[in-house]
Amino acid sequence: MSLLEVRNLTISFGGLRAVDDFHIDIKKGQLYGLIGPNGAGKTTVFNLLTGVYKPDEGIIKLEGRDITGLKTIDINKAGIARTFQNIRLFKELTVLDNVKVGLHNHYHYSTVEGIFRLPKYYKVEKEMDGRAMELLKVFELDGEAGYLASNLPYGKQRKLEIARALATGPKLLLLDEPAAGMNPNETGELMDTIRFVRDQFDMTILLIEHDMKLVSGICEELTVLNFGRILTQGKTGTVLNDPQVITAYLGE
Amino acid sequence: MKKMKMTKTAKNNLITYIMVFLAYIAVQILLATGNISSLMKGLLVPLCIYVMLAVSLNLTVGILGELSLGHAGFMCVGAFSSAFFSKCMDGAMPDGVRFLLALLIGAAAAGFFGILIGIPVLRLKGDYLAIVTLAFGEIIKNLVNVLYIGKDKNGFHFSMKDSISLHLEEEGQVIVNGAQGITGTPHDATFTIGIILIFISLIIILNLINSRDGRAIMSIRDNRIAAESIGINITKYKLMAFSISASIAGAAGVLYAHNLSTLTALPKNFGYNMSIMILVFVVLGGIGNIRGSIIAAIILTLLPELLRGLSDYRMLIYAIVLIAMMLFNWSPKAVAWKERLKERYFPKRLRKEKEVK
Ligand SMILES: Nc1ncnc2c1ncn2[C@@H]1O[C@H](COP(=O)(O)OP(=O)(O)OP(=O)(O)O)[C@@H](O)[C@H]1O
Ligand SMILES: [Mg+2]
Repeated sequence: MSLLEVRNLTISFGGLRAVDDFHIDIKKGQLYGLIGPNGAGKTTVFNLLTGVYKPDEGIIKLEGRDITGLKTIDINKAGIARTFQNIRLFKELTVLDNVKVGLHNHYHYSTVEGIFRLPKYYKVEKEMDGRAMELLKVFELDGEAGYLASNLPYGKQRKLEIARALATGPKLLLLDEPAAGMNPNETGELMDTIRFVRDQFDMTILLIEHDMKLVSGICEELTVLNFGRILTQGKTGTVLNDPQVITAYLGE
Repeated sequence: MKKMKMTKTAKNNLITYIMVFLAYIAVQILLATGNISSLMKGLLVPLCIYVMLAVSLNLTVGILGELSLGHAGFMCVGAFSSAFFSKCMDGAMPDGVRFLLALLIGAAAAGFFGILIGIPVLRLKGDYLAIVTLAFGEIIKNLVNVLYIGKDKNGFHFSMKDSISLHLEEEGQVIVNGAQGITGTPHDATFTIGIILIFISLIIILNLINSRDGRAIMSIRDNRIAAESIGINITKYKLMAFSISASIAGAAGVLYAHNLSTLTALPKNFGYNMSIMILVFVVLGGIGNIRGSIIAAIILTLLPELLRGLSDYRMLIYAIVLIAMMLFNWSPKAVAWKERLKERYFPKRLRKEKEVK
């Protein structure tokens, strides 16, 4: 059974069919790429999968469970976490607290226990700190835990977003252009980190990326979008050599 | 690194508590040595009220990131509900217990109205809260002005017309008398109680900020879409922050009501000018800066009184101080200057901040 199964996903904005008859099957543990020219509808697919937009048509299943039309927070609870193309961190919070907000639904104490600093507050906060630091270590951000998120350099902000998403304990991780704005060195490191996350966290990852080195380097399968429609789908090597894909990218 | 940050917040909060405590001691010394004018003495409880209002509004404006223009309305709810209770129960129970209950009732009533307004309004994206709270403050104020409640052996009587329409028995008593408000509320408020309430407000707000719930609230402020994407219940946490903020304003209203022999709802005390003034404290003290709100509330409340001797120049100087405070807190140059000052005293911490830029 596929971890993520999408059929006939469609949405229009005014007259524009931003995503038209989108379908995908992603197996557990897969590293899957979603590519396509600018404006093809890739981010819109992410927004549909995470409930930011409600699809006009189509069905989304996670582990066989129909999650179509659920609210964003329920989709996160069901097991989908994401990052954003234009980074969305909690800028006025520290790096550590950004991850701790991600842990929110997995660690509990009541408001009263928090306000009156009852023993459970200290116990749970300590556990959260420990878990958050573990996650930050994966992304080599543990040294910056106390900084405000807005003070991090760009590349590290992208990594922090991934750490925060992972903190919610997802089954499926959606990364929207994780390498955007990174230099080749940083991109290389990021590829290692993404592989590491997949292996260590037993994660399934769907990523949007324009950097072909990254895509061909880590993605096992690809879906290519063009003008909202699927151009082709399949094994990375086959797809990237497809003449249709080459023309779509280079233009005619 | 982590540890350093924790101690920094804790230290910051401790400074705030110590500051309030020292102010209390200083006033007590002044009172004991008789070095305080009767005018100043009369300002002590109002000062506590303003500090509570400013600090609680900062929870909505600075921590939740929503604009509220009706904070005086919540104070009004707290004031009238608690004064009503105290008047009914006067003599029926020990004074201390009665005042404690009055406080809880005032805070709960204001919090209830906070939730009532928050449920429809906080769901919306955009600045609707400002508009609705502004209207709420005015409506509450005007409603109280036409509210008549009396009590006799048959129980309570209500009217929105006049006290005659209450049709009270001979021995009956009008408790809420329309525009004349409530007279004869027991005078329970003292400076010490005010300071205790400030401490309680600070403990609630500062500890809330540094907890799981507080982080959720601030994450919504910083990026609503991202907060939703990681499973934060936006409406729940907005409501939580807003209703706590309203409750504390309600408690301030209780203090207000029990500091006066006559409680009436006027534009001056519960109108939007008051709400705006509280907002001015928050903005000038620094949005999200709880200690700043306390300082701004104190300075801006005392200033007009201290300058009374200067008669005509009073408002001029007041305006200049307003501008100066604003520049001090918000202009990039002043911020940079403060940073440099910090660097001189805490050079290590700043060097680290520079590294990451
Ligand atoms: N909320 C919206 N309202 C109207 N049009 C939208 C909306 N969101 C996306 N679109 C349109 O849908 C199309 C697809 O946008 P989308 O952001 O999904 O592209 P993309 O493949 O992510 O492109 P890029 O590589 O530039 O990020 C674009 O034409 C865009 O203008
Ligand atoms: Mg995009």
